[in-house]
Amino acid sequence: MHPSHKKRVVPAVAVASLLVMWQAACLFGLIPAFMLPSPLNVMAALLGDAPLIASHTLTTLAEAAIGLAIGVVLGFALAVLMERFETFYLAVQPLITLSQTVPTIAIAPLLVLWLGYGILPKIVLIVLTTFFPVAVSLADGFRSVDRDIVDLMRTMNASDLQIFRYAKLPAAAEQFFSGLKISATYAIVSAVIAEWLGGASGLGVYMTRVRKSFSYDKMFASIAVISALSLALMKLVGLLEHICIPWKQIERIES
Amino acid sequence: MTVPALEACHLKLVWEDLAVAEDISLHVDEGEIVCLVGRSGCGKTTLFHALAGLEKPAEGTVLLHGENITGVPGRVSYMLQKDLLLPSRTILGNAMLPLILRGIDRDEARARARDLFATFGLSGTEDLWPSQLSGGMRQRAALLRTYLMDNDVVLLDEPFSALDAITRVELRRWFAGMARELGLSALVITHDIDEAVDLGSRIYLLDGNPMQGSVSHLIAEAPVDAQDRGAAKAAVGALLGLA
Repeated sequence: MHPSHKKRVVPAVAVASLLVMWQAACLFGLIPAFMLPSPLNVMAALLGDAPLIASHTLTTLAEAAIGLAIGVVLGFALAVLMERFETFYLAVQPLITLSQTVPTIAIAPLLVLWLGYGILPKIVLIVLTTFFPVAVSLADGFRSVDRDIVDLMRTMNASDLQIFRYAKLPAAAEQFFSGLKISATYAIVSAVIAEWLGGASGLGVYMTRVRKSFSYDKMFASIAVISALSLALMKLVGLLEHICIPWKQIERIES
Repeated sequence: MTVPALEACHLKLVWEDLAVAEDISLHVDEGEIVCLVGRSGCGKTTLFHALAGLEKPAEGTVLLHGENITGVPGRVSYMLQKDLLLPSRTILGNAMLPLILRGIDRDEARARARDLFATFGLSGTEDLWPSQLSGGMRQRAALLRTYLMDNDVVLLDEPFSALDAITRVELRRWFAGMARELGLSALVITHDIDEAVDLGSRIYLLDGNPMQGSVSHLIAEAPVDAQDRGAAKAAVGALLGLA
């Protein structure tokens, strides 16, 4: 098989066979249906409840988008400040690392307590989880720039801003997108976790409702939607990366 | 007496509290290519940083056409062994960078850079990325960028040593011709004696080992007779104790 075909076919076959085995296990009664619904049951639940799931999905997506946007801006600002001011870097770096050691699950109820059942605690939780990968990947990226390039640009009388714009920012671009991919998936997951604790709509709210009515097929349907959303967001970031850093595609082809 | 294009007077160089070189006095006349030869670690690059204004020498002055430019970057052009092309910019984008940094209008900068692509043997590479070029071509692009810094004195720090032997000879011959054509004055660091006698009209020898506590000095200044480069090579070899 051609290597490029192989890269597509093998993962697809692996996922498909897992689904088939799961379906078979349910079909032959190896696992009771009330414990684990079969893939076909999940599909049926997804289609049956489609309009409702779609409206909840929109809420979750909106929260994730707003939270992610704020998180990226905050992460970017922090990374730039850390790059620019050594003291700021030394002071803030341990604090933001510490902020990431606090489990999302533990802080979410507190946010609900402080900020209520509206959209605000969801957004705050998403910002808290998404700014970090962006800030860290960008800060590392800025530091990865070749010292000699900075010296060379100084012999061209480049200002700090010009060195940042022409050398440091492009040098950090690839790492930034790696961080952004992680943040994008965090955004969806954090939105759902925040919704579990209360709210009027969203996939997390839907999940808690169907769980209480023991509709596990619908639970799995919402899990499938969450996975699909995360994958789609990662794909979108990949597409954005492709557009924003065209020279990397060439370098990959050349090597 | 004519004023040299570049002159260093009694430079003393210190790098992180370590005395690297002392009493360095040299000059490059207008339109002249001069080579500076020395072993690895003798402080050639520290000297270049001082000449380029990136670091201030502990003592001494650097004069450009008689004007004191000690510690002032941007007055002489500087190029390193590594091409240091920005991977995020096309060859044209890299070449025109010095113009953009000076605030020259983009269209004008693009037109000026484009016009020089043929002279530098880079025709057709304008819209390629640096990773798509061979080492020799990348070095030509770096030379074009250096030229567009618009200084008549250029410092080249082992500009060809990362290239394969054939490309190296080809490129330095081409460079010598082009420098003459464009009226550049150049000081070239090299550790390759062949290259020094091939390229330079004079050679300075820097010797010492600062890491071992012996401060570097200029031990000799050897003229190169264009008719008899072999003799110059032998002389330089003898001075470095290689005979």
